[in-house]
Amino acid sequence: MTPFVYARADSLGDTIAAGAAPDSAFLAGGTELLNWLRLGIAEPTRIIDISRLDGLDQIEALPGGGLTIGAVTHLNDVAQHALVMRDYPVLSQAILHAASPQLRNLATIGGNLLQKTRCAYFRAEEQLPCNKRQLGSGCSALHGINDNHAIFGWTKDCVATQPSDPAVALAALDAVVVTAHRSGGRRIPAAEFHLLPDTRPEADNVLQQGELITAIELPAAAPRSAYLKVRERESYEYAIVSAAAVLEMDGQTIRRAAVALGSVALRPWRLSTAEEQLAGTELGDREALSTAIEQSFAEARPLSQNAYKIELAKTAALRAIERAARMPS
Amino acid sequence: MMISQPVARPDGGVKVTGRARYAADYFAPDLLHAVLVTAPVPAGRVTSIAVDDALAEKGVVRVLTHEDMPKFGRFASPRAEPDTQMQQAEGPPAAQSFMPMQGNEIRHEGQPLAIVLGETLEAAEAGARRVALRYEFAEPELPAPPEWTAIDKAAVVPRESGFLFLEPTFTKGEVDRGLSNAAAMVEAVYLQPSRHHNAMEPSATLAEWNDGELTLHDATQHVYGVRQVLAARLNIPAEKVRVISRHTGGGFGGKGWIWPHQVLAAAAARIMQRPVRLALSRANAYSCLGYQPRMAQKIVLAADRSGKLTAVQQDVVNLTTVTDDFVEFATEASKGLYATPAMRLSQRVERANVAMPTPLRAPVEGPGTWALESAMDELAHRLGIDPLDLRLINHADTDPATGQPWSSKKLREAYEEGARLFGWRERPRKPQRDGDWLIGYGMATCSMGCFRNPTPAAEVRLRRDGTVLIRTGTQDIGTGTLTIFPQIAADVLGLPMEKVELEMGDTQLPEAGPTYGSSSTMGVGAAVLAAAEDARSQLARLANLLPDEVEMQDGHIRRKGAAGGQTIADVMSHTDIGEIIGSGSFDPAQHGKGLAMRTFGAIFMEVGVDPGLGLLRLRRAVGSYSAGRIVNPRTARSQMTGGIIWGWGMAAIEQSRHEPVLGRFLSKNLSGVAIPVNADIPGDIIIHFVDEVDEHASPIGGKGIGELGATGVAAAVANAVFDATGKRIRELPITPEKLL
Amino acid sequence: MNFHDRHLLRLRVNGEDHSLSDLDPRVTLLDLLRERLHLTGTKKGCNFGECGACTVHLDGRRVNACMILAVSCEGREVTTIEGLGNGDALHPVQQAFIDHDGFQCGFCTPGQVMSAAALIEEGHTGSDAEIREWMSGNLCRCSAYPQIVEAVRAAAGRVSQ
Ligand SMILES: Cc1cc2nc3c(=O)[nH]c(=O)nc-3n(C[C@H](O)[C@H](O)[C@H](O)COP(=O)(O)OP(=O)(O)OC[C@H]3O[C@@H](n4cnc5c(N)ncnc54)[C@H](O)[C@@H]3O)c2cc1C
Ligand code: SF4
Ligand code: FES
Ligand code: FES
Repeated sequence: MTPFVYARADSLGDTIAAGAAPDSAFLAGGTELLNWLRLGIAEPTRIIDISRLDGLDQIEALPGGGLTIGAVTHLNDVAQHALVMRDYPVLSQAILHAASPQLRNLATIGGNLLQKTRCAYFRAEEQLPCNKRQLGSGCSALHGINDNHAIFGWTKDCVATQPSDPAVALAALDAVVVTAHRSGGRRIPAAEFHLLPDTRPEADNVLQQGELITAIELPAAAPRSAYLKVRERESYEYAIVSAAAVLEMDGQTIRRAAVALGSVALRPWRLSTAEEQLAGTELGDREALSTAIEQSFAEARPLSQNAYKIELAKTAALRAIERAARMPS
Repeated sequence: MMISQPVARPDGGVKVTGRARYAADYFAPDLLHAVLVTAPVPAGRVTSIAVDDALAEKGVVRVLTHEDMPKFGRFASPRAEPDTQMQQAEGPPAAQSFMPMQGNEIRHEGQPLAIVLGETLEAAEAGARRVALRYEFAEPELPAPPEWTAIDKAAVVPRESGFLFLEPTFTKGEVDRGLSNAAAMVEAVYLQPSRHHNAMEPSATLAEWNDGELTLHDATQHVYGVRQVLAARLNIPAEKVRVISRHTGGGFGGKGWIWPHQVLAAAAARIMQRPVRLALSRANAYSCLGYQPRMAQKIVLAADRSGKLTAVQQDVVNLTTVTDDFVEFATEASKGLYATPAMRLSQRVERANVAMPTPLRAPVEGPGTWALESAMDELAHRLGIDPLDLRLINHADTDPATGQPWSSKKLREAYEEGARLFGWRERPRKPQRDGDWLIGYGMATCSMGCFRNPTPAAEVRLRRDGTVLIRTGTQDIGTGTLTIFPQIAADVLGLPMEKVELEMGDTQLPEAGPTYGSSSTMGVGAAVLAAAEDARSQLARLANLLPDEVEMQDGHIRRKGAAGGQTIADVMSHTDIGEIIGSGSFDPAQHGKGLAMRTFGAIFMEVGVDPGLGLLRLRRAVGSYSAGRIVNPRTARSQMTGGIIWGWGMAAIEQSRHEPVLGRFLSKNLSGVAIPVNADIPGDIIIHFVDEVDEHASPIGGKGIGELGATGVAAAVANAVFDATGKRIRELPITPEKLL
Repeated sequence: MNFHDRHLLRLRVNGEDHSLSDLDPRVTLLDLLRERLHLTGTKKGCNFGECGACTVHLDGRRVNACMILAVSCEGREVTTIEGLGNGDALHPVQQAFIDHDGFQCGFCTPGQVMSAAALIEEGHTGSDAEIREWMSGNLCRCSAYPQIVEAVRAAAGRVSQ
């Protein structure tokens, strides 16, 4: 690690003031940041430890429905919170399928959204041609090994995916990322938080330097929701593809569906076209469900080695919907 | 009787409390931390290494490059023959002949180019990032694309060297006739990727010089090998090198031979005149240590209508470095498994700018059974014969290659008992479903050759107070030797386990060879047995008894069958000897002459395949083995279970991918390269051993088991996948994209 | 906010108070334990959060020591494998690992034991499947997984189903 100075934040105001200086970075759980420091992915000179900031680790019901989750709440605490388990099973499941029990005791929900791609070229100990490591150096994956890369929204500048599991659940839940910044805070829809590589391939999300996530807000309860993660090994592994489904039902008919796919693009991928068509569909009608899902895959574009992910993602979406439907309401 | 008892590991206490010390757990005054700077490209030439920036890092003491290094000596393989081309041949226990930091040439990605030495680890690590390398890129030889035509085209006959243990070709009988007379034939190519050992402990070395003598705390499977190779490389007498390795955090072959980093650590310590600890990073462990090379195997099996094999043909190509021809003798499986009148086998290598491969649990028959046992399954289906029956029909009553009788073989019993425990004969023949999962059943034969390392020695000291100290220069890598050796000595000397201490992992102890090739129980175990018997004989003589007629029990020695007897203390108090030193060794040449030796077994597996999501999961397994006497069924069960899980990793999960453009391993970590986790492994794994004693292989009556469990598994899994889905997968690992 | 490149760190390790001066903020909790306090029972298997060999308890919760900057542990309480048992008496999990042959080389074992002890406290012992999942943050290349599950189950005082 390149040398840096360290300070523990004690007030929100000081934190966002200090964070605005270039080359400073927030430290929450550290489970991403420390690896970036080791690999040279980030080389901040000032580290601001936000893990003990007052009031940022609470989970509270919002008046009028919904839930707010403090940004530095540990993943395990979010996933095992009674209200989250009861009202937002998709989020609880997504979290419990992420990383490992030990990592989830450190990792925070805010930090999780800020994780970077797992593209092996990007994560190499040596700097390889990679536009996310160094803009203009090219994309090694485009003509290299890309069987686990994007099928949606990629450009030839970057074909990577965003690996977060919770982000997929949050996108399907229409959650809101609440931030604070020296120039004022924002409310960012979770599904729009991450950036596709089309404009600035080096950027991962919409946050500005020094912008602090303070909370994640969940809208009204979504008990009929579920998460499905496909991976080679059974645990402690990132997804090849994942799917989050949130349903509202009238008996056996879908009234409203929200479906997001993970690890298929640089952001959680909402199947908006499919969602429209899913409304009104009978759950028992697998064919109709599949046809609806199919609509959203018109824009899927495989790379040289990952066409299989398209079929996989369709099945994952279908299974997530069926799983969500089986959840008690 | 201690032998055959499920005694708990005496090393449990230190291992569950964190008191067991591994190489990186040692300190020395004034210790320097070493961090390697490695080649970012697979081929080329270093033109400059700018170190000023690194030296500016606070706490960095020095950066060593090839210009600072002494000229390392050659290590002549023990297999080198005078007056032949082989005279100068290097070979094991040196892992490779190529020594980095001797010039500016780059031969593989990850090759050490500089060593940053810091007062702290943080300083050395930060310094390493600031070393500026300049190099000229050269067009590398890259591994051929993973398909037969390309690999076949790139393949060459391996050259003579210390790494070529056997003839690269073997023929017997008339293969062409066997092929043309066949009623059924299978011709197929089986592929497997490179795979790393990934022992949980990355290799580490602490090197310390005192008055020209070198002491090394090292993570190794062979302390004496380290001594031998380091002495040669550093041009000093072997007596000046002491190597200590009390516990090694897993080896699996990866720490079997001696790699350049061990030499570099010692050289750095000599230059600095300070102790140096070089703990490899996980990434270093991918390129500075070996791996099982990517392999392609083309196999042809021909059989008559009854299923009897009429010919076996196998061509194997494994990847190797541009410098040394490592040969992975997968054809050994075909040589030793089934009766056949004719076989034609060949081994070739494909050279590329890659790091040097090395044996990996299980070597040789591990890859060999993947191809052979898959092909046997294909043949069974073609003939409409049950896969188990096809194996029984082709059971080899004598060694297929040599015609020699077996030292012992109870494979038929292993098949039968395994099949019974699994319910193989009763398995459903129609497609089975469990929700989204298709269920399949598969089996394969397991087998490993018997590698018997020459003449390990041990010493057994019997003290007046009735305690015993075993001293032997082998090392603990977790296989169970720390339990088994005391059991053997306790058995001979009629003492409880608590009275027996064991000291291992030090070149100041009697030389006892490597801990690999599943050789320790047979070899070192036999040496401990002989040493304990020697101690008993000496005690007998002191007690005026005939050594051949005594037995010892409960701390007493007496004529066999007699009651009572004299206590050890009584006998020894007649003299002024404080302890009796028994010594023993094991010379394989004296045992089992003219006999073929192998271990055998059968693995039965049930898998689930979710064809929609491409998932493959293990549901249950039965492993049934014929491996001679089992000294400790408890540690043996763990060994076999571990082997099966290794096999599962090979079948379903593991691969170290060669990046096709950059010529590096794509990922050099444990998140980009997956190995099995707890959740992958069901509890329902049954291990069975056939009751057997093989007196020819070793006086212990046992043979090696460490690798046997990992053979056959990959094929059994692929066979089960075929059963479940009708898809024949011939390329490992069986990952989702292959199952969709 | 007061940024420093050297820190005074006070923390409690295995019941003992430590005060470390002049601490480089780059030092991880893992390296602090191993290199400064010579508590080498906690192992470094990867240094990237990918193996679990470095598992310790931080304020009673299991975490990967390689993913924590030591400075951030100011005022906290750390328990390592050396401090798990009660003096010379083994913790029930440690005993269970011996009784069920839950290790081979022993390198991953301190991490496994620390993880298992926490897992039992967390109450994740409802079924073997649950134990397997919640023990999956600890790789074991010797592959003692089935025996580890048996050990955890036994330590949790549950009878095998
Ligand atoms: C081996 C391994 C496996 C993993 N597997 C998975 C997986 O399967 N699924 C998955 O989803 N994740 C996985 N992860 C990722 C893990 O979940 C993330 O590392 C973690 O959630 C990041 O949170 P953190 O608090 O540790 O972030 P940190 O490392 O502290 O911070 C990461 C980044 O976010 C910034 N940051 C943190 N908090 C805030 C805030 N409140 N406001 C503004 N900026 C902030 C930091 O400045 C830094 O740039 C894995 C990680 C590892 C090491
Ligand atoms: S896909 Fe993106 S992250 Fe990966 S190499 Fe290309 S630019 Fe870099
Ligand atoms: S060393 Fe910390 S997880 Fe591997
Ligand atoms: S006991 Fe060796 S890695 Fe687990």
